[in-house]
Amino acid sequence: MTVPGRIKRAGDLGWRLGRILALGLFVSWALGPLAWQGITSIKSEQELVRLPPLLPETPTATHYRTVTARSGLGREILNSIIVATSATVSAIAVAALCAFALARLPIAGKTTILSLLLGISMFPPVAVISPLYLLVRWLGLRDTLAALILTHTAYALPLAIWVLTVFFRQIPVELYWAARVDGCGPWRALWSVLIPPARPGLAAAALLAFIFSWNEFMFALTLTATDRSRTAPVAIALFPSLHEVPWGDMAAATLVVTAPVIALALAFQRHLLAGLTAGSIKG
Amino acid sequence: MTGTMRVGSKGRLSEAASGYLFVAPALLIVALLALVPILTAMWLSLYRHLPIFGITEFVGLRNYLALWSDQRFWSACATTLYFTGVSVGAELLLGLGIALLLDQPWNAAGKEQTEAERWLRVVMLIPWTVPTVVSARMWEWLYQTDYGLLNHLLMTAGVIEGPVNWLGHPYWALHAAIAMDVWKATPFAALLLLAGLKAIPPDLYRAARVDGASRWSIFRHITLPLLLPVMLVVLAFRTMDAFRVFDAVYVLTGGGPGNSTETLSIYTYDVLFQTLRFGYGSALASVIFAMILMLTAASFIVMRRRLHAVV
Repeated sequence: MTVPGRIKRAGDLGWRLGRILALGLFVSWALGPLAWQGITSIKSEQELVRLPPLLPETPTATHYRTVTARSGLGREILNSIIVATSATVSAIAVAALCAFALARLPIAGKTTILSLLLGISMFPPVAVISPLYLLVRWLGLRDTLAALILTHTAYALPLAIWVLTVFFRQIPVELYWAARVDGCGPWRALWSVLIPPARPGLAAAALLAFIFSWNEFMFALTLTATDRSRTAPVAIALFPSLHEVPWGDMAAATLVVTAPVIALALAFQRHLLAGLTAGSIKG
Repeated sequence: MTGTMRVGSKGRLSEAASGYLFVAPALLIVALLALVPILTAMWLSLYRHLPIFGITEFVGLRNYLALWSDQRFWSACATTLYFTGVSVGAELLLGLGIALLLDQPWNAAGKEQTEAERWLRVVMLIPWTVPTVVSARMWEWLYQTDYGLLNHLLMTAGVIEGPVNWLGHPYWALHAAIAMDVWKATPFAALLLLAGLKAIPPDLYRAARVDGASRWSIFRHITLPLLLPVMLVVLAFRTMDAFRVFDAVYVLTGGGPGNSTETLSIYTYDVLFQTLRFGYGSALASVIFAMILMLTAASFIVMRRRLHAVV
């Protein structure tokens, strides 16, 4: 480090400018497509088929009105809310029990169970879709929300268990043993001693499960038939396009469907980041 | 609940017994909805099964033999491998670049998390959060020939002379799908790599700087080797995800033009639910499953350390 101070500072300045420029490029690349979708959603039909100008001269809310007035999308978003919420609640309840046992109780085959779960989280959905379809049809659950809640619960489980196991293991083992010595059974110890400090972990796992279910496409496409049970992503994929895609309506619809998950992700960003890294790094 | 679980002299269920009781629901659900279906698919693959005509006929391994001479299957294999290789490679490299730019491991100052960095991490969450189907529709609009933003920008910059029909050309359609996958997954890769960079003890960097090491040699001899395990985890996750790609390409191109963007998942889905050949489709599904199983086994070897740390 024998570089004279001034030259070093000049080099540093160049470096810092380059860094800011590169990060700025990254941000516009990451957010640009969404921003463009936002701009598209408020353009009039005439302005949609004209470039430039990039920005709308007379912003309009027509597309949002069309999309929310369409009998379909409202129903499909409601379906998504029901499916994602139910699947999240049931997956977290089942996963918390399992993760607690894996983290604190003396059972055999923990490595096998965790490997199995990791393996299942990597399942290609197309490998199970035809038997699941036949099973759901046989149970008479085709085109019901129950079929989706069931499958989403099952496929949200592996990651939830994984994340919660990591979080439970971070809670000092003494806390658990203190509760046991005080006469709590494993169940009470989990409920009153481990659950409260693990709340950030539960939030993270719940968020991951919710986003998974909200975004899931293949099961939702296959196991549904009408808007009685269709979820929002299926509606977006099947968006009416007889001759030409109605780009303005489509942009509004995609933003309406995306807004809830982005809002959740932003509101609970700390938990989400912790959950994502717990699922893959910290372990 | 504890009341009903009383057994034995201590008046409670033993630790181990309640342990098995607690893992049972999860294992039951997973067995019923993941393991049984995959075994059923393998069993179905030995049949000629056309549910709408009520045809079920045992054909042994004939579906697999048909697969061997199925041109479309091999083309889907090649497309899937190319898609996986190029997109995962780009995601890792770009993700590493972004993580390094944010963390600047070679820099003495700026190790504490700044406000700007916190915001950038939030920005990185967004593409990952967007539903895949939505991102496909979004990029379809960007790629649109006549009024798409991409053609407009490239024409304004003078890169191309006339509009390009990105999704109508086999070469461009596949790369358009790859670009979309890279957009969606790179921030996620960067997030994980950033977490990995943060976990490297700052003392190592301090020592290296005292010894007068250059930026490059700090990166080469400290950052890279210590980040390698995280990079392998990201590589394994992304490979598995890209290999089974379905909704992104299915909604963006539908596998076309021709079959140029048809991945294994799309081809299988088509055989199952367009032509309703459940036996042949199940053979395809079983083959994909076997391939993923091999990839998983390979990544288990990579991630063994991570597994041991949890258990």
